[in-house]
Amino acid sequence: MKRKIIVILTVIICFLLQSTIFKFLSFASISPNLLIIVTSSFGFMRGKKEGMVIGFFSGLLIDIFYGSVIGLYALLYMYVGYTNGLFRKMFFPEDIKLPMILISASDVICNLFVYFFLFLFRRKFAFDYYLIHIIIPELVYTILVTIFLYFILLKINQKLEMTEKRSTGKFV
Amino acid sequence: MKRKSKFKIPSKYILMFLSAVCGIAIYVSFTMNLSGGPLNTVAGYVFVPMQRGINYVGSFLIDKADNLKNLKSVMAENQELKAQVDALTSELNTIKLEQYELDNLRELLALDQKYPSYEKVAANVISKDTGNWFSVFTIDKGSKDGIETDMNVIAGSGLVGVVTDVGPNYAKVRSIIDDTSKVSGMLTTTSDGCIVHGDLQEMNENQNILFTDLKDSDDKAAVGDPVVTSYISDKYVQGILIGYINTLEVDSNNLTKSGTLTPAVDFEHIQEVLVILDKKDSGETKK
Repeated sequence: MKRKIIVILTVIICFLLQSTIFKFLSFASISPNLLIIVTSSFGFMRGKKEGMVIGFFSGLLIDIFYGSVIGLYALLYMYVGYTNGLFRKMFFPEDIKLPMILISASDVICNLFVYFFLFLFRRKFAFDYYLIHIIIPELVYTILVTIFLYFILLKINQKLEMTEKRSTGKFV
Repeated sequence: MKRKSKFKIPSKYILMFLSAVCGIAIYVSFTMNLSGGPLNTVAGYVFVPMQRGINYVGSFLIDKADNLKNLKSVMAENQELKAQVDALTSELNTIKLEQYELDNLRELLALDQKYPSYEKVAANVISKDTGNWFSVFTIDKGSKDGIETDMNVIAGSGLVGVVTDVGPNYAKVRSIIDDTSKVSGMLTTTSDGCIVHGDLQEMNENQNILFTDLKDSDDKAAVGDPVVTSYISDKYVQGILIGYINTLEVDSNNLTKSGTLTPAVDFEHIQEVLVILDKKDSGETKK
């Protein structure tokens, strides 16, 4: 229960920051993608199921407020969370390489799908332009933010896991 | 109790189920043009107050920082503007006389005023699209303040965009620089129609938007001509300034022209917008 509340709060806070403050702090009209960091991190820290559910709700938020159709981002983020969950066995908290690679890959793949479904289908073929001016800058900015946000999320998760262990220990 | 908690649905079935839900939602909202409905209401009440709060604090701080930075340049500008005011006042007087004459003539012709003054409501921009692909933003007025979808949004004197979705206390606005936006425009000088597209690439590189299909048979269109919304459009009310022609070239078909427009609104720094409450009557019968 406690975990649910804290995870929901994390998603809400990241969504609010991403849609307001980080839009003011954007460089060359590019801002980082915090929700993908949250989805991806909880995916490989907690497994397929939690990543999937968090991704679904983060995507749904984007759909409701900014999407043109309901469900597209929800679907995309859900698969991102689920796929990241497959790497849970390879994940060790001390090692930052795997989280970095996974989060970057998630961000790029997400943007590639957005390009494919929402731009290529409208005959916007200048892929190299979008790659250089949208996808890669967003990737760089997202990685920069990841360095801070990932450790915060890791600490939250470790705290939660500790309290969970303690409370289950009482009954055994 | 214990047994129940041991039974878990494998996550791949949940994934399949949620994918189906998303698929259906995409199909339904795409074909029937439906919006979130109850989802909008819930999300609106949870997020909009918080976004409004953050935005209030954020813009307050940015205002303070900007104030200090701008003081010097504003003082120089002030003197320049004072001189300009004098020049303009004299110009205004002559125009007033002409307007008076025009009014009289219109009255004689029993013409209605060409552009009725629309009823408007002011709103603040509270958040922007989380991604970097589209220019969609939300404002802090919704259906409770009388806003409906397809209402036009302006800032200053220029067109900003159109309301695409409303919740009870917020509305989603797609700006004209958005890559999916298309507006039917018209040159004020020649009354020739054209189509104004938003374009992500052109906007990022030159802060411009594109226009195509300008039928300028008399070859009178020139750089600097203002483009306004035309009478053909079914969503945009007539006569709102979109921007000024920046470049102009003849298409390969030798019949139409295309080029770029400099929008009349500074889209980087929109904070306050006006929503026009009069909708264009598209001729559809109201239910």
